Parts: sequence; C-alpha cells; structure tokens
Amino acid sequence: MASQGIEQPHVQRPRGKTSSGGRNPADAGALTAYLFMAPYLVLFTIFILIPVVFGIWISLHNWDPLLPVRPWVGLQNYVDLFTPGSTTFGPFWQSMEATGKFTLYSVPLLVVIPLLLALMLNQEFRGRNFFRAVYFAPYVLGVAVVGILWRFLLSPKAGLVNYYLGTLGLPDNIPWITDLPWAWISLVGATVWWTLGFNAVIYLAGLQDIDPALYDAAKVDGANRWQRFLHVTLPGLRPVLLFVVTVTILASANMFGQSYIITKGAPGEETKTAIWYIAEQGLRFFKMGPAAAMSYVLALALAVVSVTNFALFRYRGD
Amino acid sequence: MGRRVTRQEFLLMSAGAGAGLAMAGCGGSQSSVQTAGSGKSYNGPKVDLAFWNGFTSDDGDYMRKLVEEFSSQQKNINVSMHTVIWETYYQQVPSAVTAGKGPDLGIMHIDQLPTNAARGVVIPLDDVANTLNLKEKDFFPVVWNAGVYNGHRYGIPLDIHPLGFYYNKGVMEKAGLDPNKPPQTKDDYMAALEQMKSKGIQGHWMSPLLFTGGLTFDALLYQFGGLLYGENGTDATFNSQEGVDALTWMVDLVKEGYSPKNLAQDDELTAFENDKNAFMWNGIWMLLELPKIKGLEWGMTPLPQIGSQKGAWANSHNFVIMNKRGQDPNKVAASKVFISWVSQRSAEWAKAGQVPAREKVRESQEFKSLKWQPIFAKELPYVHFTPPVPGIADVRYETLDPAINEAVLLKKEPEAALDEAAKQADQLLKENKQKYQGA
Repeated sequence: MASQGIEQPHVQRPRGKTSSGGRNPADAGALTAYLFMAPYLVLFTIFILIPVVFGIWISLHNWDPLLPVRPWVGLQNYVDLFTPGSTTFGPFWQSMEATGKFTLYSVPLLVVIPLLLALMLNQEFRGRNFFRAVYFAPYVLGVAVVGILWRFLLSPKAGLVNYYLGTLGLPDNIPWITDLPWAWISLVGATVWWTLGFNAVIYLAGLQDIDPALYDAAKVDGANRWQRFLHVTLPGLRPVLLFVVTVTILASANMFGQSYIITKGAPGEETKTAIWYIAEQGLRFFKMGPAAAMSYVLALALAVVSVTNFALFRYRGD
Repeated sequence: MGRRVTRQEFLLMSAGAGAGLAMAGCGGSQSSVQTAGSGKSYNGPKVDLAFWNGFTSDDGDYMRKLVEEFSSQQKNINVSMHTVIWETYYQQVPSAVTAGKGPDLGIMHIDQLPTNAARGVVIPLDDVANTLNLKEKDFFPVVWNAGVYNGHRYGIPLDIHPLGFYYNKGVMEKAGLDPNKPPQTKDDYMAALEQMKSKGIQGHWMSPLLFTGGLTFDALLYQFGGLLYGENGTDATFNSQEGVDALTWMVDLVKEGYSPKNLAQDDELTAFENDKNAFMWNGIWMLLELPKIKGLEWGMTPLPQIGSQKGAWANSHNFVIMNKRGQDPNKVAASKVFISWVSQRSAEWAKAGQVPAREKVRESQEFKSLKWQPIFAKELPYVHFTPPVPGIADVRYETLDPAINEAVLLKKEPEAALDEAAKQADQLLKENKQKYQGA
C-alpha cells in the first residue's frame, strides 16, 4: 500500500501553493503515506509495541500486579521453563504439546475442507446462496455457544451423539471428551465445523478473482478438470492459500475456549492448551512474570512456524 | 513507566492529608478503618454502596431481595448489587480494587480471604466486628476462626454450604431399596450399590472433575482422617494414606461398575434428574435446582460415613470490605449497618439453600422450619477449611484436581497421581510463601 502512495505523485504536478522550494514530489508522497499510516501506527504503538516491550520487562520480574513488591529475577522465569522439576516446566510443555497437537490435527483439515467447499459453492446451482450462508453460519457463534453445544452433544454418558450411535446399533460408550484420542477428534471436529466457513469465504473470493479466460485457454489446450484445478486454480489461489494457512495456524495455536469448555482439559490436563495455561497463570493466579516469559516462548515458536511457512510458499512460488 | 506508589505510601499520604480520616496503620501493610457509629443505624450523609458478589444463579434473587428490602428501609443508604460468576469474580475484584474502581463491599469464600488480605484487596474488619459486637459464640466457631489471617479478621461469615447426600427415590425403588432409608454407613452404602448393580443400575456416578468429584474427595479425605494441607499450610498432605484410601474408594466405584466411566461435567446431575443415577454427593445449590424437575422424587441427608469418622466438604461466604484509596468513613459505617442487617436476616438467605453462619439464626424457628437446610446444618461439626495461607485456594487447581481427574478416568493409579500432585503442590506452597512474605 505504501508503494502506491509513493508512485502516484509521479503523474501529478507538484502543487503550486506549497512553495517549499525544490521539494521533491516523492517526499510529499512519502509524507502522505506516513500520514495515512499514522492513525494505525498510533494504535499499534499503544496496543502492541508498548505492551510487547513492557511484557519483556514483566517477564524479568516476579510480577504480581496486586503486590507492592515485584522482585527482579532476571532470566529466572525463562530458566525455569527449561528446567525439569520447576513448577512451570511440566505443565507449560504439556500445554505446548497440546497446542502443537491441536494445530497439527486441525490445520490440514481447515485448509483442505474449506477449499473443497469453496470449489463446490463456486459452481452454478439452485440455492447456492442458501448453502453459502449455511456453511458460514456457525462462524458467527461465540466460542461459549459452540463449546456448550458440543459438550452437550458429545457427553459420553448423557450426550446425544452416543445415544444415536446406540440406537443405530453402534458402540454407544465412546469417551468423546474424556479420553484420547477421542478428545482431540472432538475438539478438532467442533473447531472445523465452527470455523470452516471463514476460510471457505476467503477461498471463494480468491476463486472469483481467477480470470475465467485462463480456464477457457486450458480447456482449449485439452486440460481435464483435475489438470485445470492443478494448473489454473491452485496457482491462482497461491496468495490466498498463504494467507489461509498462516492465519489458520495462528488461530489453531491460539485455541483456548473449545478445550476450556468442552473437555475442561480432560483427561488430566492433556487437552489444556498453552494459551489457556498462560492465561490461567497470568490472569487467574496473577503470576504475570512466568506467564509473560511463557508468552514470549510461544510467540517465538509461532514466529518460527510463520517464517517457515512464508519461506516454503516463496520457494514453491519460484 | 513511572514507579507506582505503593499501598503503604499511599495510605501514609492520605493519612497525612488528614481529611478527617482516621486510618491507623496496624499490622504490616494493612490499615484498619475506624469509624463511629454503633453499626445498628446510620445517620450520615446519603451514600450509595456498590456490593459485588458471585450469586449469579437463583441464589442471586434471594440476595437481591434482601438488598432491595434493606435499601427501601434505609433513608440514607442505597445498596446496588452487581453479580459476576465466581471464577471471574476473583480475577475482576482484585484488578478493579487495584485500579481504584472496586466496589465498596463484597462477598468472598473463606479460602480466598487470606489471599485477598495479603494482596490488600480487602481491609481488616476487627473494628467492624467490635462495633457490631460480634463474638465467636455468635457464630459457628470453625468458620469464625477461619476468617482471621495474620492476627486480623477479614471476613464476617454469612453462611456455610456443605456437601450433602442426595438420593433419587424413584431409582431406589426400582432397585428394590427402601426410598425412605438412604444408606448412612459404608456397609449399607456398598450393599445398596451392589443391589442396584444386580438390577443393572449404576447407582453412584463418580465425577472426575472438581464439581463434584473433587468435593467428594475432600469429604472422603476428612472421613478417613486426613486433611488437604498441613496445619501451617506449608505442605500438601492429600497424598497421605488417608488420601490414597479416599481416592481409591472413588476409583473403585468406577472399576467395580457402580459408576460409569468417563463422565463429563454435570453428567452425574443430568443422570440423577433423569432417573438414571441414584446417589449424588452435591452442594446445597441443588436445593434450588432439583425442585425444578417435574416428577423427580428425591431426598437429602448428611453424607454417609465411608471412612473412620464423619466428614464433609464445605465452604463459606463472608462479607468483606474492599480496600479503597481514601476510604470514605461514611461508606464504611453504612457497610457495617448493611452487614449487620443481612447477617441477622440470614434466615431469609437460608432459603437459597445456605446454612447461616450465625448461631441465633440457625437456632431460630424460621430456619428450623425449612425442609432441607437444617439437615445440612447437622454436618457443621465435621467440616474443615484449608489453613489461612495466601494463595492456597489456587494450588489444588493445578495439582490435586488433575490428579483426581486422571485417577477417576482410570488413567493413573490413585497413589501415583496424588504423590506427583503433592510434590508440585509443595513447590507451589513454597513459592507462595516467598511471594507473599515480601508483601
């Protein structure tokens, strides 16, 4: 966006009134760009930059916002995270593992299923808008609604899912939300049902951006459906795909509400995710220091994943 | 960031500013507010009191009614009540108080008092107790004494709410048991479960979660003669032999098939309400819940004795006054009147299922004429609370509760689960001690 702001003045004449001598029109363009960015920059500084720096400061203390004394502990909070036997080591890495598993299980499904859905919803058929709305509908629900809904449905003993499985003569004692791997299947399933509409809409917009002439040209060259998908649709979707993959990974890595409500972390704390553990330590037990340190470790891990992701797409792109 | 003014400095400044505030420093970082007035009536200028609590369910209606009645009787005091669910409450109140946006008074559970006292969220109420002339003998002693931390009183007890034994008469009848004779001893209890099992009924659904599995564990631990923590609150003792016995009994109910495996939150209740579960150990809050179910035939007694002695989990709601910058003595005086009034009217509050902490109210005809609450009151002699140590209420969430969860879900042996949890709990207690020592 910034580059557009700089290029535009080339076709304009310098405004006569601003008699700032030999001022380069490109400078005025840069100023315009900065001015346009300023409102966001202010918000970014207040709500992202300052908290990020302040968070590092917090992570170097034994920081309880409600106590007058917040002793400096240096890197101890970080050291603890990497020292087996400390109070945070076990639970934190268990929660990181839970987050990692959930991301690993959910992202492929959330990338592929919405794409297939978008391809279908991009066809011409009666009631297309209705189905587009249907698949997007769950996304408008809050996590609390989704969570409680699925908890009721999946409750192993009192839930509807097992009840109907039983009436069909299938096993009716599947521990959907109390044992592994079922708890992950339930959490991933509920999340896919809940959020696939969002990714589908993004894909749909991407699909509509692909020039129909390309499909026609491919057809003329004798490409079949699959080849058209492989050589026209997928390359056309590359930027959209990068966006969807990145955003989905981050969203999955931020999972908290679903396991908090549906499984309550059970069995034990196997499905307690990193964000949940961090929020609990920081905002419930007010152990802000360790919580802040954990946030940076998590953020670093996510940054590595995102950079790898970008690099992979670029590599494939070249 | 500029350095924040500490609480002591702030109080010193406000004391220095005079302003008619008599804030006498007493005991470390705390200040007790002393005000005139008998606590019976209030004649000062008109004040609005913000009163926060976690009575978000039907119990809130009963408290709101009391608050409204009080406000309508008082010329110069208006109390406005605000409810937040308890879990959020203990996050919001401390933050709000620190930010200077807290309420004037509130309710806190007994095990939360030391934490909030150490954090300076609530102020000592020794003077309030004095003006209102409240003594140990006016209350149930265990709960009265548990409101003291570091030599100061921080809570005025409102109620005690123990765990009770609910039984589904319909299910008992179906299994050929006498629905009017709920088992009270271990032998009778096991015999009843066995008889139901022979009829294909799983009679005691054992929850793997804090509600109600964790509460059941506490009750059993007390019954076997154990306690959650050592007397000083510096070490976890829930992995004692008594603790292992308690958890083993719970796990065996699942292993022997008296309870289904893999229960989720509230499954035991849903099953009870739908005539699938016969026995349920649950809190007083069921008293407002169960009558809503049409056609459900149920009864309630004190918990059966499974261990070597009687024992029950319980908690208690206490009035607290929040630490405000520049405490308004008029508001404190008005708060006293409110606390005293509600405390005396707690028979009304008992209708929400609670057992009043106040002796006189418990002995009143009004309370005794209630159907179930006096039965809960019978459990008072053998309830236990955790030692008054800051941070102790949080420890179990990260240690004991996951251990119970894994054991009842048959993922881990009770002893191994408890030992591991106790090790982590000991460390957390040690960290807490260091942390709050500096406070």
